[in-house]
Amino acid sequence: MKENPYQPWLATIDSICDEVGGQRAIKTFRLVFQDEKVREKFTFLPGQCVMVSLFGKGECFFAISSSPTQKGFIEVSVLKLGKVTSALHECEPGDVVGVRGPYGNHFDVSGWMGKNLVLIGGGIGQAPLRSLIKYVVDNRKQYGKLDIIYGARTSKDLCYTKDFAELKTCEDTNACLSIDVKEDGWSDFVGFVPDNLMRVNPSPKNAIAVTCGPPIMIKYVIQNLGKLGFSEDQIFTTLEMRMKCGIGKCGRCNIGNLYVCKDGPVFSYKQLQNIKGEQ
Amino acid sequence: MKVSTMEKYILLKNKLPEWINMITPTYTIFAPVKEEDLVFFKPITKPSEMTLAYSNAIVPPKAQMFHQTETMFTFTQGKNIRVNPASLPDEKIVVFGIRPCDAKSLSIIDPVFTNDFEDPYYLTKRKNAILVGLSCNQPTVNCFCTSLNGSPASPEHLDILLTDIGDKYYVELNSEKGKQLVEKTKKLFTPATDADSKKKKDVEKKAVDAITRQMKINNVDAFVKKLDTIFDAPYWKTIAMKCLGCGACTYLCPTCHCFDIQDETTLDKGARIRVWDSCMRPEYTLHASGHNPRPERMNRVRNRVYHKYNYYPKNHQMIACVGCGRCIDNCPVNIDIIDVITKAGEVKP
Ligand code: SF4
Ligand code: SF4
Ligand code: FES
Repeated sequence: MKENPYQPWLATIDSICDEVGGQRAIKTFRLVFQDEKVREKFTFLPGQCVMVSLFGKGECFFAISSSPTQKGFIEVSVLKLGKVTSALHECEPGDVVGVRGPYGNHFDVSGWMGKNLVLIGGGIGQAPLRSLIKYVVDNRKQYGKLDIIYGARTSKDLCYTKDFAELKTCEDTNACLSIDVKEDGWSDFVGFVPDNLMRVNPSPKNAIAVTCGPPIMIKYVIQNLGKLGFSEDQIFTTLEMRMKCGIGKCGRCNIGNLYVCKDGPVFSYKQLQNIKGEQ
Repeated sequence: MKVSTMEKYILLKNKLPEWINMITPTYTIFAPVKEEDLVFFKPITKPSEMTLAYSNAIVPPKAQMFHQTETMFTFTQGKNIRVNPASLPDEKIVVFGIRPCDAKSLSIIDPVFTNDFEDPYYLTKRKNAILVGLSCNQPTVNCFCTSLNGSPASPEHLDILLTDIGDKYYVELNSEKGKQLVEKTKKLFTPATDADSKKKKDVEKKAVDAITRQMKINNVDAFVKKLDTIFDAPYWKTIAMKCLGCGACTYLCPTCHCFDIQDETTLDKGARIRVWDSCMRPEYTLHASGHNPRPERMNRVRNRVYHKYNYYPKNHQMIACVGCGRCIDNCPVNIDIIDVITKAGEVKP
């Protein structure tokens, strides 16, 4: 019998980055597997997920927000929401969690080589895109133009501000931030993410658009991508569902006949058009 | 295909206890045991504990492979966290008297537990189990296995099938495992004659004829496609109106495989446990954000039906229902899968 897929490896929280404070706080945890062999054999691609355990509290499914080009650790960004995520927010560096995975499918980083990428995120939804962005930046020559459009309600709700400060200095990357309402000292776009997309006005030619974020944002982003001439199979998104097993057995994360944990989380808009099921 | 080469024997009824006694030292034997008016599969130590005059067990014997609650592993909490794997049982088991439909249900859910990631808890028990079936001479009022390509006396999906043909059992060996079990106790068995085979056929025909209810799905592929076209039909709301969301239909269904995973803890120790879960419960899909993709009873009833008659056939090329009738027998408000499916076939897209 192979390894027990339900049994997590132990990982130590190496560092914690406070992304967003307040009621809906977001923290990014850098996790290092305790077993060196696991550290080496754990490989993944942008878009894939892990199940993180807090022993005694339970497990939660997260997109890996670091890139496979970063070795020795993985990162997950956690929005404080339920029992497990709240407990995770209480953790400190040095604390031990369990990790199993990687799970699910991934962005087609090899199929997309040579293409222009338009990556549109909102709020915590940026987590899987962050992995993809870092991956593309680290393999920059393999890809065409890179447009990054990211927004949140206020400047305080933006994640990964350090990453964006760096991205803005990259010449071959167009990183465009937005906030919903005007604030003093804000020099980027003011308005919703779908509007910022129209302003940036990316060409659909030889392009792939990926959008992750709140369902309502995704809805309008996809509408606008359509207006810009993107076809259904040029648009990708990631879906979320309640998960328990992460490996297509416990049954709960289905949308129609697909299991988000196993057949997702990455879907093309074309695929989504054809699924009959509740999201 | 297997059927033509299958070995067939006779076991006299009065030899059955002896056979059970002979295999008891090597195997843990689960057999139908009567408790008040219900029958459960339970471990037995002597043949007299079991009852073979029963229609079907209330809880399907999938529970012997996929426990209702099961410790996946234990751990120590605090500063020095350690994970201790649960020891997987290596006991050999015989599920004695399992019905052909319930045996089929295991073949149906096998791919869920093997696909991509092997589930050690289910698979160890499944591999260690020998299924000794018992044909249904008297199907119940809600049995409809014949509508789904089954038969009350089908040896398919079993290692051994016993059929009561009067004062003896007609014994069909359908697998290596089955052959080996009989091999070790060969002296109790005699080869079956053509007359015995004919008797079995007669018994089977009588049982098939005794099944009165019929679900109308003529062509599985066409029906799967048909369901695709009526997903948004008001029909689902109508049939779900009276559902109480009790979950009986799913807990007792031999092909339902959903589970929840929970941590149980004392001060410094804990265990990760899995328990059967039900898609009929609203919490089942509730996101931490408060969003629920299946908020209404309609969504959940439809999901149960589609899981079995649309999603599962798409993923595994088989309908995830064996026609055991448990969900019909036990639904407090008489939601009847035979009617639901038969009438769905008539709904206009
Ligand atoms: S859906 Fe009902 S009839 Fe079909 S296998 Fe499950 S309990 Fe039996
Ligand atoms: S047994 Fe009947 S009432 Fe209970 S959840 Fe199933 S369909 Fe609904
Ligand atoms: S989380 Fe269990 S099937 Fe997807």
